[in-house]
Amino acid sequence: MTINETIEEIINEFSSFDDWMDKYNYLIDMGKSLPVIDDKFRIDSNLITGCQSRVWLHSEYKDGIIIFTADSDAVITKGIVNLLIRVFTGHTPDEIISAETEFLDAIGLKDHLSPTRSNGLLSMIKQIKLYALAYKAQEKAL
Amino acid sequence: MNSRLDIIRTDFPILTQSVHGKSLAYFDNAATTQKPFPVIEAISRFYTEANSNVHRGVHKMSQQATQAYEGARNKIAVFLNASSPAEIIFTRGTTESINLVAFSFGEAFVKEGDEILISTLEHHSNIVPWQQLCLRKGASLKIIPISDRGELDMKAFQQLLNSRTRIVSVNHISNALGTINPIKDIIQQAHEKGIPVMIDGAQGLSHGPVDVQELGCDFYTFSSHKMYGPMGIGGLYGKREWLEKMPPYQCGGEMISKVTFEKTTFNELPYKFEAGTPNVADAIGLGAAVDYLGTIGWDFIRKQEADLLAYGTEKLGAVKGVQIIGTAAQKASIISFIMKDIHFFDAGTIIDGYGVAVRTGNHCTQPLMDRLGIIGTIRASFAFYNTREEIDRLVEAVLKVNDLFN
Repeated sequence: MTINETIEEIINEFSSFDDWMDKYNYLIDMGKSLPVIDDKFRIDSNLITGCQSRVWLHSEYKDGIIIFTADSDAVITKGIVNLLIRVFTGHTPDEIISAETEFLDAIGLKDHLSPTRSNGLLSMIKQIKLYALAYKAQEKAL
Repeated sequence: MNSRLDIIRTDFPILTQSVHGKSLAYFDNAATTQKPFPVIEAISRFYTEANSNVHRGVHKMSQQATQAYEGARNKIAVFLNASSPAEIIFTRGTTESINLVAFSFGEAFVKEGDEILISTLEHHSNIVPWQQLCLRKGASLKIIPISDRGELDMKAFQQLLNSRTRIVSVNHISNALGTINPIKDIIQQAHEKGIPVMIDGAQGLSHGPVDVQELGCDFYTFSSHKMYGPMGIGGLYGKREWLEKMPPYQCGGEMISKVTFEKTTFNELPYKFEAGTPNVADAIGLGAAVDYLGTIGWDFIRKQEADLLAYGTEKLGAVKGVQIIGTAAQKASIISFIMKDIHFFDAGTIIDGYGVAVRTGNHCTQPLMDRLGIIGTIRASFAFYNTREEIDRLVEAVLKVNDLFN
């Protein structure tokens, strides 16, 4: 599935929710189901700092694609992290770099989640893209 | 709801807002209080009818603006019972006031080997300026410990006071836990050893009267926006004897008496510490807030806030998994709590969905959170315009949080 196809799928899923509580129930379920990051990657150097909850994001580059794993100490944040990973993992650096991230608006997450300080959502996307840029640069250097 | 409260609530236009389709229950008053019409109107009136730069203007409107600005200073001086308006310095707020004292007092009186005494309960704003001063001067920061209930260890305080202590700086009321500190005792004990005391009054002025002469404190800092006034203004009360001896903090504009390229002489108090064009409109707004508090009266405010604190403590305390953090005997209307196995961000997000505004996180008191062994709390801070019904809605939201995450 391409990044855009996954985004379409997520937007569809969210469009079936009538109110905000359904949305959060869904995120909470996903937060609870996200595989926990390997303990050896739950380290400060993988930490994305948001003021409110902590997110650990780990990436591995193999056979031209990036695999992301992540964790958060807050369940809702973990649900959002899960969404982002679903969108971005298993893709090439180029695909990730050029991906649009406006879908978060479309599913109404920005209404409830302040992007600046509360959950590091934007920092997370930024970090995902930075990893992609770094792997691309590494590839070129080889 | 009693009828007086109903009427008072209509003074605050924002309280009729809805959030996420629900009527707002605003419990983030320790972060900033809402503004009543008289404050909003005073600011609007200044810009509509009287905007002019203050001091030294010969034209009529400048004189009127100056009178209004100095009138606001007088109101604050009376409000705090300062011995003179010259002891009231306008600043941007508590943080700037503390920085002013840490810099200016620090420049004049702190040297290598000296000690600055603060407490575990302090907001970052009453830690970092002193820490930086200590770095500049080779002085050291000493910390008054607290009990598990969030009360200052007064015995340890006494032992920490010594001949190297240059100043004590503690908050009046803890923003994170609501503890009301025994500042009168602190001031008395420090003064017995000739040590001046600054009180961080950011949370102090909205809950009850403060008489700086009766307290005897050397400095008292405050923020307008936490006492129903506008943002961007606040102040520093300082005893004249100290302010006279302290060098200016920032330079330029109003704080200057005479300038040549060789030498500048500084203006008298309070202008020595007010560089540049002041925030006139908001100073007037703060004056209006002081007047407004006068019309409500401390009796009503204290009674209402005590009721909300008792009611909220009882109701929240009864919810399974809720632990109230900060159980001092003397508390302002602030309830900090944690929920078993639930992150404060998750709780806060759901509570917000109910139209209830609380604050979550470490409340700019990371060393305090470390001491308590937690990463943050959910904080509901009540003002006199809040109601028991609003607390019921908070409790309903908290019950829902339990449902969702357990």
